[in-house]
Amino acid sequence: MAPTRLTGYRRSDGRVGVRNHVIVLPVDDLSNTAAEGVARLVPGAMALPHAYGRLQFGADLELTFRTLIGTGTNPNVAAVVVIGIEPTWASRVADGIAESGKTVACLSLEGRGDLAVVTEGARHAARFLQDASEGHRTPVERSEILLSIKCGESDTTSGIGANPTTALVVDRHVAAGGTVLFGETSELTGGEHLIAQRCVDTNVRRKFEDLFSRYAAFLEESGMDLMGSQPTQGNIRGGLSTIEEKALGNIAKTGSVPVVDALGPAERPSRNGLNFMDTSSAAAECVTLMGAAGAAVHLFPTGQGNVIGHPILPVIKLTANPLTASTMTEHIDLDVSGLLDLEYGLSEAGDRLMALVERTINGRLTAAEAIGHREFVLTRLYRSA
Amino acid sequence: MTGRPDFLAHRRGDDVAIAVRDVPAGTSTVVYLDSGAKEGNVAVEAIRLGHKVALRDLEEGDDVIEYGATIGITSTRVRAGELVHVHNLRSGRWPRHG
Repeated sequence: MAPTRLTGYRRSDGRVGVRNHVIVLPVDDLSNTAAEGVARLVPGAMALPHAYGRLQFGADLELTFRTLIGTGTNPNVAAVVVIGIEPTWASRVADGIAESGKTVACLSLEGRGDLAVVTEGARHAARFLQDASEGHRTPVERSEILLSIKCGESDTTSGIGANPTTALVVDRHVAAGGTVLFGETSELTGGEHLIAQRCVDTNVRRKFEDLFSRYAAFLEESGMDLMGSQPTQGNIRGGLSTIEEKALGNIAKTGSVPVVDALGPAERPSRNGLNFMDTSSAAAECVTLMGAAGAAVHLFPTGQGNVIGHPILPVIKLTANPLTASTMTEHIDLDVSGLLDLEYGLSEAGDRLMALVERTINGRLTAAEAIGHREFVLTRLYRSA
Repeated sequence: MTGRPDFLAHRRGDDVAIAVRDVPAGTSTVVYLDSGAKEGNVAVEAIRLGHKVALRDLEEGDDVIEYGATIGITSTRVRAGELVHVHNLRSGRWPRHG
């Protein structure tokens, strides 16, 4: 079979996107209304409202900036209108995005009010949208597409079917010279040694073990454990009994390739191959961090049926659970439940997922894009001042 | 392969297999995903889709193996063919409330 010709949007920083969004990015909760106002006036532009961005400090504030700047610089984005309550933090985010060579407008509400800012923002957004419409797809290499993976609402069919199917795509993508991000620190518990063993050298292994033990220490210091939370009630309904069982199923989606680096949240990968990122296992937080790190396409295996999407990342959801495939059709991009009946094997399921990834890269909308699932959730490290 | 299996086990040596349909009590089949080997099994109770059946007798406090790795510890004695879930299997990692 001839390899599919892949196309994408080549950005001025050299990265390759598969979508061409104009976004309106609020720096803080107070600017959501103005950002949404711009998107109402210019329906082709997309607002990314979120709940935070005020009175944060230290590492938590830096993570918010990194997430917002990373989202704006994501190669699936053509241009950005940044709106903040006050000019200093708004400029910090806008300047960070502009460094990538992307077109950015920066507006702040203090001294002007929502209506004036919405009007000006809408003028920028409309022009950005017209300019973006002339951006065109060019041939790209598979290795230029940054993939990310995270599973959710997992059950035992995830470990048998959807996750090993995803693993085949991970292995093939890395073999082609590509890069894949995985995370979910808490959901490695019980299988963290398996990831540590796959780290490419002692330095990466130490980085991974440090990130994992910091998370374990945080749990220890809190005096709590995750019983009642991990596995989730949905996991337990689906047959998963312990965090270790969940972790082993989770790890089954990472394939067999070495782990080449261990990254902080929203940190851009610098090494080709499979990269670990320290993230929450909450779906929207994790996918948001991976989008901020530059992921262009996300693969999301699910068991009991997660509904997640993202504003700028196509999120491809697959399941091997026949009940989920039949009851949640509008959320499921690929049904691999035939694996349970041995109708076909993993290799064929992997081929089907690979073909769907290629069509998604080339422009096919995911189920989440079609019905407008746009989860954008910032990760908080600690409470605001 | 002829015949749809009732249970799939990840690999030989695992203590549990996953029901790939709602399986009634009685004679059933287990297929091992690592080799494709197919064996008979007797579920002593109904096992729902996605839930686990014990492939051998386990004593209280035994490690339970799936994926060739430990997924937890039995909190009571479990006989082959019984459902293995939160009522008789607990995490070895967060034992405080186990």
